[in-house]
Amino acid sequence: MKRIYPDTEYCMGCRLCELACLTTHSESNDLVIAYTEERVKGVSARIKVFENEDCCVAISCRHCDEPQCVSVCISGALTKDDITGVTLYDIDKCVGCWSCLMACPYGAIQRNKLENTIIKCDLCEERAEGPACVEACPNRAIKYEER
Amino acid sequence: MTYVIIGNGIASLGAIDGIRKYDKKTPLTVIGAENTAAYGKPLTSYLLAGKIAPERLTIRPNEYYVGKKVDLKLGTTVVDIDLESNQVITSTGEKISFEKLLLATGGVPFTPRIKGVEGPEVYNFTAVKDAFKLITVLKDLKRAVVIGGGLIGLKAAESLYDRGVQVAVIEQAERIMSLAFDEEAAALIRRRVDDAGMLIRCSVNAKEIVYDKKGGLRGVLLDDGSFLEADAVVIAIGVNSNVGLARAADLKVGNGVIVDDHMQTSQEHIYAAGDVAQAKDVIFDKDKVVPVWSNAYTQGFHAGKNMAGKVSNYPGSLSMSSISFFGLPTISVGEVNPPVGDSAYESYSFCDERKQSYRKLVFKEDLLVGYVLVGDIDFAGMYTSFLKFKFKVDVHMRKKLSEGEPNVLMWPDDFFNKAWNPE
Repeated sequence: MKRIYPDTEYCMGCRLCELACLTTHSESNDLVIAYTEERVKGVSARIKVFENEDCCVAISCRHCDEPQCVSVCISGALTKDDITGVTLYDIDKCVGCWSCLMACPYGAIQRNKLENTIIKCDLCEERAEGPACVEACPNRAIKYEER
Repeated sequence: MTYVIIGNGIASLGAIDGIRKYDKKTPLTVIGAENTAAYGKPLTSYLLAGKIAPERLTIRPNEYYVGKKVDLKLGTTVVDIDLESNQVITSTGEKISFEKLLLATGGVPFTPRIKGVEGPEVYNFTAVKDAFKLITVLKDLKRAVVIGGGLIGLKAAESLYDRGVQVAVIEQAERIMSLAFDEEAAALIRRRVDDAGMLIRCSVNAKEIVYDKKGGLRGVLLDDGSFLEADAVVIAIGVNSNVGLARAADLKVGNGVIVDDHMQTSQEHIYAAGDVAQAKDVIFDKDKVVPVWSNAYTQGFHAGKNMAGKVSNYPGSLSMSSISFFGLPTISVGEVNPPVGDSAYESYSFCDERKQSYRKLVFKEDLLVGYVLVGDIDFAGMYTSFLKFKFKVDVHMRKKLSEGEPNVLMWPDDFFNKAWNPE
């Protein structure tokens, strides 16, 4: 399956991926409204840039072959699609127990404290052009490809 | 060739996924004692609290079993395993042949020996049927006593509290949650519980569950002579492995059914997974029964793969829990109470009482072996990575980790690249 691969060699830490993700997952689909109004209501980027003294990287769900988040999920909200390989999240089933957040050793799950739900990359499944973060990256530091 | 799985909980689901990953054809029968499709056991407290409707209990849609080509037999109890003919025999006398068998029979609630414990208005809290029973009597409940001050006891108590019941919890140890948490974390949670107005009594035992002459429940007499009035008593101490069938079939049994790294029991074609199994532990050298939800699926998954002929080593159990108490999120992973005075261990902790935030990391030599987070839990996964992948951490890194907010850039470079940006 195609996955998102981040590369520390190219990442400049500009965080445009975060903004693109935030916008795509907002209701307004407008960067300014998403950033100024929807963020406080819990809308958030599902990709996150981390940095230390000498490098930075954009991290999002890896859609693991054998995802830990699915195996610990108590409500059945997280499942693996056998055909596409995507690790799916059903927000209506989630009870906000944070087991996935504890179990994911890639730190790819965030919590939406306001809604008691989680925030996780969905590979922009409904977006014909593919993941918004990849498209927005000015330095091709995140790639969406088959490996 | 046929597979049979006894049990229809989360370990069973893991095994179905594991088997079907490599064998999409061979008939697979799953026998469940309860009358419901697999449900999230930890959801029991959400159901009792009224936070979710019964429809939300099931963790896989009905199509799941069809898609996985599972012959699901619910409400069916297995009474015997006949190793001569390789058949399981159900309570209705039906015989089902198997070539590979998985025991995923879970646990049975631990019941303390207290006078009156067999009487009416005494409830367990391990299966969803227990919650349903309690829900039907809720409107008549004013006071309840919960026996057990561990994770499950406090969750049962909180759920009843949420329904307007006056609840008292009794715990024999000197503090609540002595297994999953250290003193500081338990004290923070305790404060939250106290503020909510729920009574907790530690260092006491229930001596007798007392009934009036007509057989109606009056309350619980404690061994310090005090008496707690109650309309219901809930026993929520935990579970023991449900090893009856395994014993009868002469499998090797310790605290649970003993399995090797392939989740295989002492009989080559019989496997065990979940609360019933005694399997490898990540941190402790010995095999252990770790009856927590998060390990059961993975155990089942590895058992299933091996059953389907794909050799797969179980990486080992890790005791972990993520539970909120009265809105205060808590996470406990691995070894959180190191032996006192053992110089191999080193702990770092940070506490902000006002923010109700606590963090403790436990290192053994140059490995992270356990951690506790209360309040600010957002970086739990990163700590789990250090524990799970066994990254060596020097003094400098130990300090950095304990300051909070760890991230993937703290991983060793080659491991990072392999995980995130493989060739």
